[in-house]
Amino acid sequence: MTAAPVLSIRGLTVAFGTRKRPTPIVNGVDLDLVPGRIQGLAGESGSGKTVTAMSVLGLLPRTAQLGGSVRLGETELLGLRRRDLSRIRGRRIAMVFQDPSASLHPQLTIGHQLTDHVRTHLGLSRTEARQRAVDLLERVHVPDPADALGRYPHQFSGGQRQRIAIAIALACEPEVVLADEPTTALDVTVQAGILHLLRDLALERQLAVLLVTHDLGVMSAIADDVAVMRHGTIVERGPREQIFTRPEHPYTRELLTALPESDFTDERARTALAERDSADDPEVGP
Amino acid sequence: MSDLLQVEDLVVEYGGRHPVRAVDGISLTVRAGEVLALVGESGCGKSSTARAVVGMEKPAGGAVRYHGEPVPPLGLRTRAAALTAMQMVFQDPNSSLNPRKRVAAQVADGVAAARARGAGGPQEAGHWLEQVGLDRALAARYPHQLSGGQRQRVAIARSIAARPDLIVADEPISALDASSQAGVAAMMRRLCLDAGAGMLFISHDLSVVRQIADRTAVMYRGRIVESGATEVVWNDPVHPYTRALLAAIPRADGKGNLPQAPAAEAPAEWASEVPEALERA
Ligand SMILES: Nc1ncnc2c1ncn2[C@@H]1O[C@H](COP(=O)(O)OP(=O)(O)O)[C@@H](O)[C@H]1O
Ligand SMILES: Nc1ncnc2c1ncn2[C@@H]1O[C@H](COP(=O)(O)OP(=O)(O)O)[C@@H](O)[C@H]1O
Ligand SMILES: [Mg+2]
Ligand SMILES: [Mg+2]
Repeated sequence: MTAAPVLSIRGLTVAFGTRKRPTPIVNGVDLDLVPGRIQGLAGESGSGKTVTAMSVLGLLPRTAQLGGSVRLGETELLGLRRRDLSRIRGRRIAMVFQDPSASLHPQLTIGHQLTDHVRTHLGLSRTEARQRAVDLLERVHVPDPADALGRYPHQFSGGQRQRIAIAIALACEPEVVLADEPTTALDVTVQAGILHLLRDLALERQLAVLLVTHDLGVMSAIADDVAVMRHGTIVERGPREQIFTRPEHPYTRELLTALPESDFTDERARTALAERDSADDPEVGP
Repeated sequence: MSDLLQVEDLVVEYGGRHPVRAVDGISLTVRAGEVLALVGESGCGKSSTARAVVGMEKPAGGAVRYHGEPVPPLGLRTRAAALTAMQMVFQDPNSSLNPRKRVAAQVADGVAAARARGAGGPQEAGHWLEQVGLDRALAARYPHQLSGGQRQRVAIARSIAARPDLIVADEPISALDASSQAGVAAMMRRLCLDAGAGMLFISHDLSVVRQIADRTAVMYRGRIVESGATEVVWNDPVHPYTRALLAAIPRADGKGNLPQAPAAEAPAEWASEVPEALERA
């Protein structure tokens, strides 16, 4: 029914710390990203969602110990030399972060950031690159694209900056987009626009999207498939509607029960939730 | 006169010669035994309002009255004992907890404040910890030995141990794990009402507010654009901003419905005055 995955994660493990005393963070994650589909990765903060996404692109610090496999088509990404990885990054796999500033250089114009990228990666002339930049900005609904090229990131609102970051992510026509909490820092009215954009782009460009978010409302709005992560393990996965209306794992049932805006409730989950914080919790926060 | 808190035409400004007007003439009241939610997107002036209410910010205009008396600025010296009946809870529990004191001692500070006003009540820290759903055994810990969620519960326990009649809570659940947010908000409501107190509950999470607030005030760019009974505002919003805000909330129903996105960023109509949107019953 669905196309073959472009990116396959198998048995991914990540640990931090020393070789002798590693702290396991991700414990054997499998995920497939398919063109035109949005794969959601849900779970509460600290469950290992960001670490999972970062390990795909080799963006974790050197103290991270990785195991398993991440295949992009025929290429195994784990263990790839940094130089080869950086060629894939941006070009075949792009990233969108919670904070658009992470993908935007504060001292360079938007035009510079958009055309530089395209020229190096796609080998376009200056004029061609500029036209592409205008088209991209238009596509992500940044008002007045030609004028926007000459401006700097701080001259845009947070929502517009995220649109620009998405334009940059799309500039080299990647196959895969990893979006880590792309709307979490935005106001809800601004978020709605970005959700529309991500949904439309995934379909029209046949992007294989990994959507990392703790926000189940966001997940429910645009993910096709959902994986629920807890303590570095995927405890439940399935098509969106199944996960939201017929969750099976007790943890998924708890998450949905806790949510005022979800229709799902379960008494046992409610009791478990009430007891969770009060207990002698070994996890000590920052 | 059952208004615990009366805010009238409050103005808060920052900066000297060309001040930024963060709060632009808002009025609201909190009565005993009710929760008033103040909602709105980031930067609209919610925290500035909260700080002015508790006396941490000097109003540039208007008045804040608590039990009918003006609230004095929160100076360096300790405030009058009577004012400890107004308690604050902030987003970051670390800002209200002393890292060098055990949980028991922090809660005892609340108890001492109540006694100084002549308010009675249980004195054991364990009692107040249980009230906020924490194990009594946590009394012996230091804040750094607690999870973020537990710390916020301790901050709440200390506030209610002071037996307040008014709680001003500025985003008290925003830093908590998503799965505990609604539970903690409901607990705060229950504790508040059990004590016959009133609460000003500030949040940008409308779905939680809907569950716990009797009345809701929607703030946009320093002004209250819509206010009234929570269910009325929620079910039948009349101000264009409130409508856009509510329509933009994604529902976690698994149906893949995209929330409505406004046609433009901050359309002018959001700032319009709609008199019939205020004080709706
Ligand atoms: N560079 C690092 N070194 C050590 N621990 C880390 C590092 N990055 C993340 N972690 C830990 O890994 C766990 C998962 O983090 P993360 O993937 O960011 O969670 P999530 O994105 O689900 O909120 C957390 O406990 C975090 O403290
Ligand atoms: N101490 C301050 N100095 C200068 N400007 C401030 C200060 N605090 C808040 N502001 C500004 O006032 C406006 C309202 O801020 P705030 O009350 O924190 O809003 P909210 O709590 O709704 O996010 C914002 O534009 C903010 O940048
Ligand atoms: Mg993360
Ligand atoms: Mg605030």
